This record gives sequence, structure tokens and C-alpha cells, in this order.
Amino acid sequence: MNELIDALMVLAVLLNLRLLGSSRLASCIRTVAIEGIALGLLPLLLAWNQGLSGRLVFLAVASIVTRGVVFPWVLLRAQRNANVQREVQPFINYPLSILTGVLTLVLSLWLCSRLPLPQAPQMLLIPVAMSTILVGLLVIVSRRLAISQVLGYIVMENGIYVLGLTLVQDIPALVELGVLLDAFVAVFVMSIVTHQISREFDHIDADQMDSLKG
Amino acid sequence: MTQILVNILLPLILAPLLLGVINRTKAVLAGRTGQPLLQLYFDLWKLLHKGAVYSRTTSWVFRAGPMVGLAAILTASAIVPLGETSAPLHFAGDLILLAYLLGLARFFTVIAALDTGSAFEGMGASREVTFSALAEPAFLLGLAALARLTDNLSLTGILGGLTWHTWAASAPELAMAAAAMLIVFLAENARIPVDDPNTHLELTMIHEVMVLDHSGPDFAFILYGSSVKMWVLGAILVQAVLPASSAGYEARLAICLAGMFALAVLVGVIESVMARLRMIRVPQLLVAAIAFSLLAIILVLRRP
Amino acid sequence: MYFTVAAISIFLLGGLSSLIFGRRHGLCAFFGIGGAVAGAATAAVPAIIVLAGGSVDPISWPWSMPMGSFRLAMDGMSALFMLPVAILSGLAAIYGGAYLRHYRDKMQLGNSWFFFNLLAASMVTLVVARNGLLFLVAWEVMSLASFFLVMMENERADVRQAGWTYLVATHIGTAFLLVMFFLLGRAGNSMDFDAFAAGPMGNVIFLLAIIGFGTKAGFIPLHTWLPEAHPAAPSHVSAVMSGVMIKMGIYGLLRTLTFLPMPAEWWGWVLIGIGVTSGVLGVLLALAQHDLKRLLAYHSVENIGIIALGIGLGIVGLARGNAPLAVLGFAGGLLHVVNHAVFKALLFLGAGAVAHAAGTREIDRLGGLLKKMPQTAATFLIGSAAISALPPLNGFVSEFLIYLGSFQSAASSPADAAIPALIAIAGLALIGGLAAACFAKAFGVVFLGEPRSDCAAQAHEAPAAMRAAMIILAGCCVILGLLSPLAVPLMGPAVASASGLPLNVANQHLADAVSPLLWITFGAATFLALLAGLALLRKRLLAGRPVGQAGTWNCGYAAPTARMQYTASSFAQPLTDIFRIFLRTHKTGRDPQGLFPRNADLQTHTPDVFHDGLFRPAFLGVGWLMARLRWLQHGRLQLYVLYIVLTLLVLLVWKLG
Repeated sequence: MNELIDALMVLAVLLNLRLLGSSRLASCIRTVAIEGIALGLLPLLLAWNQGLSGRLVFLAVASIVTRGVVFPWVLLRAQRNANVQREVQPFINYPLSILTGVLTLVLSLWLCSRLPLPQAPQMLLIPVAMSTILVGLLVIVSRRLAISQVLGYIVMENGIYVLGLTLVQDIPALVELGVLLDAFVAVFVMSIVTHQISREFDHIDADQMDSLKG
Repeated sequence: MTQILVNILLPLILAPLLLGVINRTKAVLAGRTGQPLLQLYFDLWKLLHKGAVYSRTTSWVFRAGPMVGLAAILTASAIVPLGETSAPLHFAGDLILLAYLLGLARFFTVIAALDTGSAFEGMGASREVTFSALAEPAFLLGLAALARLTDNLSLTGILGGLTWHTWAASAPELAMAAAAMLIVFLAENARIPVDDPNTHLELTMIHEVMVLDHSGPDFAFILYGSSVKMWVLGAILVQAVLPASSAGYEARLAICLAGMFALAVLVGVIESVMARLRMIRVPQLLVAAIAFSLLAIILVLRRP
Repeated sequence: MYFTVAAISIFLLGGLSSLIFGRRHGLCAFFGIGGAVAGAATAAVPAIIVLAGGSVDPISWPWSMPMGSFRLAMDGMSALFMLPVAILSGLAAIYGGAYLRHYRDKMQLGNSWFFFNLLAASMVTLVVARNGLLFLVAWEVMSLASFFLVMMENERADVRQAGWTYLVATHIGTAFLLVMFFLLGRAGNSMDFDAFAAGPMGNVIFLLAIIGFGTKAGFIPLHTWLPEAHPAAPSHVSAVMSGVMIKMGIYGLLRTLTFLPMPAEWWGWVLIGIGVTSGVLGVLLALAQHDLKRLLAYHSVENIGIIALGIGLGIVGLARGNAPLAVLGFAGGLLHVVNHAVFKALLFLGAGAVAHAAGTREIDRLGGLLKKMPQTAATFLIGSAAISALPPLNGFVSEFLIYLGSFQSAASSPADAAIPALIAIAGLALIGGLAAACFAKAFGVVFLGEPRSDCAAQAHEAPAAMRAAMIILAGCCVILGLLSPLAVPLMGPAVASASGLPLNVANQHLADAVSPLLWITFGAATFLALLAGLALLRKRLLAGRPVGQAGTWNCGYAAPTARMQYTASSFAQPLTDIFRIFLRTHKTGRDPQGLFPRNADLQTHTPDVFHDGLFRPAFLGVGWLMARLRWLQHGRLQLYVLYIVLTLLVLLVWKLG
């Protein structure tokens, strides 16, 4: 199982890098969807040896459906409504974003070797979770479009999810569902706001929102 | 002794065939009959028996370029093992010599292009040095990851040391290193998605546009040199991916050759299904290769 | 050691005579060149003896200076630095004789030769000095002599600006060195090197040395004087300054390390960080330059970075008890000192020949010079290939040693020790590719294609004396490259004295590196044999077949002009665009507009980020602060006397109270 979890973590890193290196919004959304599905499988793999419970399967399925199907669908719709295809001029260019993404992993590995963390079953889990959070922040900071920032938010949430799974052995189902619901509402609201902004201003360039202030 | 002879001669004989296989794959996928498999051999034969035309602007640098390039690539081909035996030239750090011999070949190709004074060849030269400057760290870091996996410093040792066991224990890092190598392979050999060897629109080319003015035997040297270079980089990639086995020498050689032609088919497939990237996006692909190499290293370092 | 004293005296005598006979051109040049060549030959003798395994007796004469004594000695490291100093001083003097003929009627050449010889003498003294005061005196004479040489064409404003920048930078560096030597000498109460002891201040002394010597060596961000001063000086002086004078900073740093106890690992990390930064930023800034000599000056920053990288790896090796890494790191760094001296001097001399022949150093105005000056072009090509670390030339050998050490460490040491090695590999690979790009540009645009301006079209080959110096240096590049298995084992004493490892350990690990070097020489021989074979083959194939001449194929365009060629700026543009975040190139100009555009132009300028972003604001700030204190200055003599009296009173009260 451990090899599979490792492979899943490596996949998550690669998807993060792909998100950082891609300018097409549709492909970014798809990348985040795949990451959501992959990470949704994680609780099943983590608990494989102890045996699966119905609650766990339900949680995993809920998470996969929200992150892998609902979010992308909402976002793709918002993108189509706003009629933007690609991020034109990010604040940090794509090659540099990719390298920074790798750097976040290095940083997280170093942090994890310093932090007094409980012994995780896999060495990669916590560093990758932390690096995913950092990548989400990086996306939020470095991109102009509102949709990209929503994506950054989702990625960050993915990272927190993995961190939570690893650090807290048994998350109550209600909390987990609550988090999912929160994230869902957030994404939904943001996509609607994006749509409204694009209708009012003909673009969704978050960089220019400072013109809204009085 | 025979093994060394085979190791030296086989790449020199078979290298042009790789291009034939690539072109045949593309033709089949496009539903055409395509050129003969041995087309490059015919081309080389024809070019070797032609005279040459030189631009009045050029000097001896232009004439020396193809010869230096071919000589450097041929020397480099002696460093790469074939069928996971000892290469004719193998020593601690031979991979550095390999990288810099290819650099020597590139340097002379580039200045030969600048010698023509043509804007187009200058453009190609400029792109070539740009992309190779980014491919170099990816290549050497990828090899460093493999060197750490096998605890060895020569290509012979590294490629021979990657066994089934290595794959089983460290599949992700090997896959990362292989991905980086594949990108470097495509970029250095001027294949899609970095460069399109088939377009004859000078503005969009890299390697082809640098050699527009060469003719006759000089051009034959260039064509042959690039096919051997493809073999050299391909052999590293294939033997890094194919685990070393304990089978007999003939079997290993056969596996390796099969791998080479499988790689050619893969390149043909890639060229059939992908378009060339815009020039401005190529650095991003190469940075992705660097990122793959770095990830491979991070994963390797993580292991106790 | 008497040879060295004799060499210093010959330099000084030659320089003084040249100053005295300044009005008589022939005699002046005779004494200037003769003194430098004879002095250099004499200085080389003890260095060769020591490198060959012999030893020379040290000298210790009393000196009527407080704390000073005239102590000279030569160990392996001194010898290794002495040899390039001697060779380059001699060759640059031979070259300079022909180069300066052009300036004969415009300025006092006696001064120039005096300061040149003084510079050579001071560097010879520096590498053998074994007393802190003597070292500092030689250091200061070296700085001032080179300052006056930089200021030779002081009627030009840009030269004056460069000279002042250099003077300020070098004295800031010296200030740190003064403190450092004071700290070192305090413990033993003597300025003799033998009595130096770091005490508990080791880390402080290391940092002071990094800043003080790093200013001279050109570590980024302390390098800003370098791209100003090197282009301003006459080319043979640039060759000496860039080839050996900045290496005195490296020498000083290495010498200081020998006074300190076992180095801490973070010292190595600092040097590796400086090395990678200087290397990558140096080569990137070089790529963006339009002035040939400025480009070369930035490459000196790059190569100093490679040297620092080697030394840094060596220190990490020492701190971790990894002797092979330590030996290979120090050996690579030290060998690169020698190699860089050879090829950088060659390139500066070539750039001087180009400027001499075409009257401009602006790369974009040159072109096609290979046909006008074939020998200069051939030697410049060898220098370009060597600095790009291409086999089989010497630059490859030293970088190979650093690579080999890094790969060994990356492959087999524990993870945290492998990280610096991996950083070194990544840095060297990036630097290598970029340097090759930069020199393809420099050589290709200057010497190949068609002339881009009239001045390039009317160029002529350099005089014989200039060519001779360049040919000898190019020969050194080839020989050091091909005979590396013989040259590297000779570095045992130098590596031992720099690293503090026992001589037999150094020798043993160097001997381990000889086997790959033998293989490399074998590979190089194979390459050369193949090249000869291909040349013969091509000759036979073309014999009896039509070989035609035509215009360059311009994709169907029938009337190409020389101005359509790719220029240096356009060649480097993709790379400078990718790395624009570090370069901040200014672009101004008008884009072509409409269907039949008439006027369009483009100017690019890449300022030095550190000069404009770091030092200018800092100096402006200091200037502002000083302006605040101006109320003290009234210009009345009485007030100044009052200040003095007040100060004396305060001191008296403080001392006695």
C-alpha cells in the first residue's frame, strides 16, 4: 500500500506543477479535478490495512464527487460564462512558477525534518500536503484571474485535507462533511461572483478590482 | 573485444535507421505509404557523391563546423554502452565528458551557422543555444539522480546498475528521471514538440534552419551526426528505462535494440498526435524537464 | 627566494628607467618591456622549482616598520599563483609594446610602463609575503598601480568615472582587510603570518575576508567596479587585471583560511552560494552586454564564481571529513585560477586587437573580422571554446574536477552532504550552457559573417608582437587541456597548503583523479584523430567535383545587406527575455507601424542591478548624511583650530579622568 500512497503523492506534486505551468483555464480546472479525485482516494488507502468501514467509503465518495465532479463543473460553467480561455499575464511567469513549485516541496521537506511531527506512516504525506498548501497560496498570489484564484483556494483546501487526514487519525464525519460543504459554498459563491464581475466589467481581472474602492 | 567492436560499430551502422522508423511510423499513422526505411542511407550516399556550394561570406569556420560536430558526436557515442556491457570509453565522470562533447558539437554548429551571415541561420543559432542552455541542467541533474540510485559515476555503471530491483524499490524517481530524459531527448534532437523537422518554413525551425547553407559531403556529415546523436541520447534513455537483466549478452543486446526501435516508434507517435509548441512555450517545457529532474533528486535523497 | 627579490628589483628598475626616459619613446618602451619580461622570467624560476617538488629557502629581513618584517617564503599555493602572474606580466608587456605604439604621441608612456611594472612587482611580492604589514603594503601598491593604469585615458569622462568607482571599491575592501589583519595579529602580538592566530574570532575573520578579498575578486554583489574598470584600462592591463589581479583576492582568501582553525561547514555553504550567484548572474549580465570588453569583464565575475564554487565544495569536504571532495574541490578551484588566467588574458588581448584594428568595441558594429585578422580570430576561437569549458581545452579540465567531486559526493554521501554537491552540479550545468551561448555570440558576431560597419570593413591584422602573445596563450590552453594528466598531479603541494590536508593525502586523491583525466585525454585524442580523418575524407570526396561559390541563401530574398544579419543583441534576446527577472533590461524604441513601416528602432540597455539598486542608493544616502554635517564647515581657520583644541582636551580628560 505504501508504494501506492507514495505514487499518489508524487502524482499530486506533478499535478500541482502542471497547474502552475498551464495557462489554459480549462486544463487548470481539469488538473485540479484530477487532484481532487486522487486525494479523495487517500483515506481508503490509508485505512486499507485496518479494513474499510462504510462511513469511510461514504466520506471518500462524497469528497471525490465534490472535488472531482461538482467543483470542476461549476468552475467550467463560470469560465464559459465569463468567456475567458487563458490567463494572459501572470505576475510570476510559468517557468519560474514551476521552479518555485519544486522549491515549495524542498522547503516543506526541510520543515518536516525540523518540526516535531507525529510519526506519519509515509514520509511523503506531510511534506506534499504542506507543499500543496503553499502551491495553492502561490497560485492565489501570482495569478490575475478570479477563476485562477478560486483554483488556488481549492488546491489549498486539498492540502489541508491531506494534512488533516494524516495528523488527525479520526476526523468526525460531521466535521469533514462540514468542511466539504463550506468549500462547496465558497466555490459556488465565488463562481457566481466571477460571473457577475465579468458581466459588469467585461473581464475578471482581479488585479483591477482596486478600481472598485471609493 | 567483439563486444567493444559491436558497441562501436552497431550505433554507427544503425543510427540512420532510427529516423527511417520514425518516418515510417508517422506515415502509417497518417495512412500514407511513406519513404523507404533506408531513405537516410540513400540520402547520405547521394550527398557524399556531390560537389558543394559555399557562400562567399563564409570562412573556414563554416567548413570546419560539420567535421568538428561529427567527430565530437562520434567520440561521444563511444561513451554510451549498448546492451548493458562496458562502453569502449568508461571512467568515473564520463557522463560529464559526454555532455560537454555534445556541447562542443553544438558550439561549432552554431558558429558555422553564424558564419553565413544569414538572418535566418542566426535566428536558428540563437534558439539552439537558448534551449540547450536549459536542457543541460535537466540532463546532468537527471543523471545525478540516477548516479545516486546506483552509486556509480560512469554511464556504464549507472545504466548497468538499474535493475528490476531498482524499479521495484524506486519507481517514482526513475519515472521522473526518465521523463526528464525524454524531454531532453526530444529537445536536443530537434523533434516535436520542440522543433519540427518537417516544416520547411525557415522562421519556425531551430536545427534545420542552422544548416540551410551546407551542401554535399558537409551536409552528409551533419545529417549523419544528428542521427548518431539521436542514437546516443536515445540509448541512454532506453537503457535507463529498461532494467538490466542477467540474461546473456546477445539477449541483452537484442532487448536494447528492440528498445531503441520502440523509442523511435514512440517518437513517431508523439509527432503524429502532437503539434509543435510555440517557440515562447518551449522554455516552459524545458523547465518542466528540470523540475522532473529535481523531483527525481528530491525523491532519491529522501531515501535513507 | 633570492630569485624573487631579484625579480621584484628588476621590475622596479625597469619601471623607474622607463619613467626617467619617458620622453624618448624607444628607450622608454625598451626598459618598460624589458624590465617586465626579465622580471617575469626571473620570478617564474622559484615557482617552477616549488611546483616540481623542490623547495626554496625563505627570507626574513628586519624592516624598520612597527610590527613589520620583510619575510618572504614560497609554498605550493604561492607558486601556483606566482606562475600565472609571471607569465601574464611578461606576455602582456610584449603585447603592450605594440598596443601602446598607437598612443605614443598622445600621452606619457613612461608613466604607463612604470605603473605596469609596479603592478607586476606588487603582485609578485603579494604571493610570497609572509608578514601582514608587507602584505597590506603590497596590496595597496597593487590597487593604486592598477588605478593609475585604469586612468590612463583620463581625458575621457567614462574612464574617470570607472577609475573613481574602482578606487572607492578597492579601499572599502582594504578597510575590511585592515580590521581582519588587526584581529589576526592581536592574539600573537605580531604581524608575521606564522604567529597569526584566530582565537575565538574565526567566523568574524572569515566574513571580513569574504568582504575584503571578495571585493577585489569580484564576488557578486561586490563586483560592481569590475565591469567599469576592466573595459576602461588598456587591453594588456585588462588582461593582467582580469587574468591575475582579481585572483589575488582568491589568494588572500585561501591564505586567510590557512590561519584559521578547521573551517565550519557553513563557510563552504556561503562560498557555494556566492559561487552559484556570481556564476549565473555574471554570465547572464555578460550575455546582455554590447561592449566586448565589458562582456569579458562580466565573464570574469562568472569564472570567479566557479572558483568560489570549487573552494566552497572543498571546505564542505574538509568540514565533513570527506577528503576526496575536499581535494577535488580545492584542486578544481585552484586549477581554474590558472586556466582562467590563461584564457581570459587571451580573450582580453584578442578584444584589444579587435578594438585596435576596428576602432570600436561595440559588438553590433563589428563582423567579418576573421577574414581581416585570421590569426587573432583563430586564437580568440580557442579562448572562447576554452572559457566555455569545451573539451579538449583547459577550461574543461578544471570544471571536470569540480564536477567529479560533486558527482562523487552526490552519488555516495549522506543526503544533507549531497545537497551542496547537487547545487554545484545544477549551477555548473546552467553556467556552462549560458557561457557557450555567450561566446558563440561574441565570436560569431565579431569575427563571422559580413562587416556591419565601415570601421569593421577596414580592419587589419594585429602587429606581430600582439599576435605572438595571443598565440602563446592559445597554445597554453591546448597544452593544459591535453596534458592535464601530467599537470594535475603537480598541484599536490598547492592543494595541500590551501586545504591544510597532509601532502600525501592530497597527492593520493589527485592521483585518483588522474585516471579519468587520462581517459579524457584519450577521448580528446580520439576526437582529434576522427577530425583529421573526416578532413581527409572530405578532401577526397570533394576532389574532382564541382565546388561552387554563391551568395548566402536568404530564403529567396535576393538583395540581403549586412545589416540584416543577426546582431549580438538579437542573438541573446531569447535568453535575456527568459531571465529578464534578474536582468531588468531597459528597452526603448518605436515599433514598426502600418503596412509599409518606415521608421523603427530599438535600444536595449542592461544596467547592473547591484550598481543601480544597491550601491547607488547607499552612496547617495551616505552623501546625504555627510551633507547634514556640513554646518561644521565654515572655512574659517580659527574654528578649525578650535575643533583641534577641543578634541585634544576631550581626549586628555578621557585618558586621565
